[in-house]
Amino acid sequence: MKAFLTAVVAMVVIAAGAYQILEVINVSTAKAGTSSENVRLSD
Amino acid sequence: MSRFIAVFLICLPVLLGLSAGSEADAQTNVPPQTSTVDSNPAVSKLDDILRRQEGLKTADDVIRANETGDPDAAMPTTDQLGTLGGASDADLWRAFRFGKADITTQARVPAATTLIQDGGMWWLDFRRGPLQTIAIYLLGGTLLALALFYLIRGRIRIEGEKTGRTLLRFQAFERFGHWMLASSFVLLGVTGLISLFGRTVLIPAFGHEAFSSVAIVCKWVHNNVSWAFMIALIFVFIIWVVHNIPDRTDLRWLAKGGGLIGGGHPPAKKFNAGQKLIFWAVILLGGSISLFGLSLLFPFEFNLFGHTFSWLNGLGAPGWFGFADLPYPLAPQEEMQYAQLWHALISLILTAIIFAHIYLGSIGMEGAFDAMGKGEVEEQWAREHHSIWAEEVAGPKPAARKEP
Repeated sequence: MKAFLTAVVAMVVIAAGAYQILEVINVSTAKAGTSSENVRLSD
Repeated sequence: MSRFIAVFLICLPVLLGLSAGSEADAQTNVPPQTSTVDSNPAVSKLDDILRRQEGLKTADDVIRANETGDPDAAMPTTDQLGTLGGASDADLWRAFRFGKADITTQARVPAATTLIQDGGMWWLDFRRGPLQTIAIYLLGGTLLALALFYLIRGRIRIEGEKTGRTLLRFQAFERFGHWMLASSFVLLGVTGLISLFGRTVLIPAFGHEAFSSVAIVCKWVHNNVSWAFMIALIFVFIIWVVHNIPDRTDLRWLAKGGGLIGGGHPPAKKFNAGQKLIFWAVILLGGSISLFGLSLLFPFEFNLFGHTFSWLNGLGAPGWFGFADLPYPLAPQEEMQYAQLWHALISLILTAIIFAHIYLGSIGMEGAFDAMGKGEVEEQWAREHHSIWAEEVAGPKPAARKEP
């Protein structure tokens, strides 16, 4: 039971950590196809 | 000159009146039931539109391909009511569709070069049709087969007399790795199925707003818990690969169907052939799911299908089965679509296998759950199901023996 609970805690920590790391290094699945920043509509 | 102007002013109302009169006559002479649609080949008919929606070729494709506006006929941009071009939105999109537009974009992602991808329709149709049918039959069929097996075979009991002694089967770090892999897999499986069946099952059942919140949470969980799954996958591979290398014992075990054929318990080491099959299925299928999951997590960063298709075409592999060459090169979106389908299909197959694993590790076999639950198993259970391992552990390693 202890191994299971530890595993679940580790899973949550890894998931939250992965999210934070990807946020910090500015990697996002959504950003690969869209952007709301600095859109130039015309020359 | 003044005389000419006077004549002109006198005649002008007359000319305008005649002109207006002739236009009015023309309007009244047009029969109301006459439609101009058929006379203009550039205008799609309802049949054409319906055929296009079904992904079929239409008779007006050639005409429509040329109906992309005429910038030369546009009003100069400096004039009053001047336009920015001689093409309407419809003309512009039609030009995109038929590859006749000069497209430039500031976006630098690979997918930005493809604005309309007709080829994506088969993926959408497959995802919301056959893929869901496969999921239902595969997972439902597996559960049904396991239920039938349980009804026919019943729970596999410990046949001999229990000793009351236990053997340490899995250490804490092994169980930790197993449970991290298992719990992340369950979460990924549930969130994946929710995403797959959202539009067809959950939205009709709970509505768009309720499903929207669920979908957002599922997406976050699926994307981020995947890292825990991948780490756990590598972890269990490292700690168990030595015990899962196939050998002759496995052939004997398989020949007897693990004891289902002819009764008795064929000898097995720490992992029997059935468990080894599960292990390699998890490693290989889980690895493949992870690889294509990564390609979906980082869209367009690394494309796996185009190169594979090219390589297979080079070998002539499709021809061995009577198929034409596989498509190559692929649009960036197509890479993602193939990756998504592969990711989903392999996940479904692995889920069906894991259903069987969960069954045998819980209600299907007496004493099996203790191995991962407590880490220790009844000695008699070990001698029946893993006789070689039990002899190794209980014999030369008395320290692993524990009196109740």
